[in-house]
Amino acid sequence: MSTTVKRVYGYLAEFESASSLYKASEKVRDAGFRKWDCYTPYPVHGLDDAMGIKRSILPYFVFFGGLTGLATAFFLAYITQVGIYPTVVQGKPANIFTVPAFFPIMFELTVLFSGFTTLFGLLGLCQLPRWNHPLFASRQFHRSTDDGFFIAIEARDPKFSAEGTKGFLDEIGGANIELVEDDGN
Amino acid sequence: MADAATKTTSESSAPREVKLPVLEREKLILNKRSYHWITERVCGVVENKQPAIWWALFIPAVIMAVVGVGGGLIYLITTGVGVWGNTNRVMWGWPIVNFVFWIGIGHAGTLISAILFLTRQNWRTSINRAAEAMTIFAVICAGIFPAFHVGRVWMAWYLAPIPNANAIWQNFKSPLLWDVFAVSTYFSISLVFWFLGMVPDLATIRDRCKNGVKKMLYGIFSLGWRGSNRHWSHYEMAYLLLAALSTPLVLSVHSVVSFDFATSIVPGWHTTIFPPYFVAGAVFGGFAMVLTIMIPARLIYGLQDMITMKHIDNMAKIILLTGSIVGYAYLMELFVAFYSGAEYEMKAFTYRITGPYWWAYVCMMSCNVLSPQLFWFKWCRENLWVVMGVCMCVNAGMWFERFVIIVTTLARDFMPANWKYYNQSWVDIGLFLGTIGLFLSLFLLFLRFLPCINIAEVKWAKEESDVHHDDKKAHPDPGAVVEPAYQHELEKGTAEV
Repeated sequence: MSTTVKRVYGYLAEFESASSLYKASEKVRDAGFRKWDCYTPYPVHGLDDAMGIKRSILPYFVFFGGLTGLATAFFLAYITQVGIYPTVVQGKPANIFTVPAFFPIMFELTVLFSGFTTLFGLLGLCQLPRWNHPLFASRQFHRSTDDGFFIAIEARDPKFSAEGTKGFLDEIGGANIELVEDDGN
Repeated sequence: MADAATKTTSESSAPREVKLPVLEREKLILNKRSYHWITERVCGVVENKQPAIWWALFIPAVIMAVVGVGGGLIYLITTGVGVWGNTNRVMWGWPIVNFVFWIGIGHAGTLISAILFLTRQNWRTSINRAAEAMTIFAVICAGIFPAFHVGRVWMAWYLAPIPNANAIWQNFKSPLLWDVFAVSTYFSISLVFWFLGMVPDLATIRDRCKNGVKKMLYGIFSLGWRGSNRHWSHYEMAYLLLAALSTPLVLSVHSVVSFDFATSIVPGWHTTIFPPYFVAGAVFGGFAMVLTIMIPARLIYGLQDMITMKHIDNMAKIILLTGSIVGYAYLMELFVAFYSGAEYEMKAFTYRITGPYWWAYVCMMSCNVLSPQLFWFKWCRENLWVVMGVCMCVNAGMWFERFVIIVTTLARDFMPANWKYYNQSWVDIGLFLGTIGLFLSLFLLFLRFLPCINIAEVKWAKEESDVHHDDKKAHPDPGAVVEPAYQHELEKGTAEV
């Protein structure tokens, strides 16, 4: 044991199934906790409502990402084909009426930019990659990617109290309740 | 108490009680396998020692890839594209046949991962990972051919719209440039989709690793995923968005490939049916390839409880459907040629069927149109030898389809003086075999190092993963009689890990 003082990250409790986790998270939500999360091996549908999470705002980012792609393709094609290097090929004019021939590339770049916005938007919203996390120090937490269903309530939540939260998790059906420490990594 | 309540309701309504028969859903995961069993079995493929057959396939595949693609390309670059069999008129010989063949193979992966996701076909969960991997590897194989077909490959960067010293810009009106954008977008988006889908499963492997280096590598690629529901919420939205983006994308890619042909004024190519016909053919050929690699893989790694006969049955039905669409397109092409009254169009199709390449046309018709018709019969879809046989026919047939479209059309153009029989060179054959080796070795490496089944989604497809499962079990619908579904495989009862 090191002698440095460790901060408390929060309490981690295990639940036996998706159904019991669902019911427990409704109770945590109703108790007014804010800094808490469920950890599951697969996306549990319905859990967002039980936790009171709003719909993801990712689509708005992606919409503007897509528009950027569309504009990029249009200007790339228009400026080069009509502006600086006009070439008459395939009997098509070198003016605004040639735009239908640019549609395939405008579509492809819309998809390309949207796709990458989805990836980076997701990483931003999830604050990933983050290779270390206090929960990884827990002995049971590795089961969250196998067959474990967990709830963790963080110490930075205003409603958190060392004894009260532990009792609360016990009351809503949590097992193997564990105090997780934050060693500052 | 719940039972008592149910009893009173059913008793009170006893006189006019109607029990509705409800057909049970076929199970996607057999033998009531637990979450942990799924983790163990899929991660086991990566963690355990590979079976001897893996090496028996991998070593020849690597040799084929190195000699065929590596040796073939070195010879090609140092000598010139003249080493290919391409001649005046047939300038798009085997290289472009192979390009269209491989790019088509990829389409089934995106169909499974995107279109079947949007249509809520839950059976896709067991096969989507491997099918997406197949997409990526097929596009890699495909990309080799047009990149070297440009002639001087060191000038291939001219395809990219970059300011250059000659102040020349690409022709954005050309389908060939559309193709560059379509294929590179397709590859990038498929890679993002595949990787994003794999992040939770890489985290599963990371959490099971003991060894430092391995743990670190899987840790880096799993981005620190910890299964948080706040993350899952964004993640599922991202997955939905990527599926919605990939669906039109996959339809556009082979449409654009078909524009390479359809926008030219060559008889036999200049038809409006090409885009849907190419897309259906691509899905058809791709599904055959998925089955070709998944049927042996599920047996070798013991994945039969996750990739069940139901999955194979569904894929066989899709092959039947798309095969029939392809057959319709072949016949419609002939009809339109006849109905158009255009002399050159009619001649082009007459030469296709009765000309010097009649054998390719026969191969195409029998493999692509006739062989999948076996899948009308249930016993054919249930016999893995028949399924494999048909898939092999389709794989070959789809190659011949592209050969018929490209070579027979180009070999006889408007001027009979130009007519010549096209012969491929040994470099053509070597490169094609090389790409088969490359595809196989990449796929075997994928099985070795990455989770070949989407662990998280397969767990999600289990019955008890529904948050209301306990309630449904405690309060069964009194007005319904569940009729067991027909399922090819018998359940062995509750099985142990």
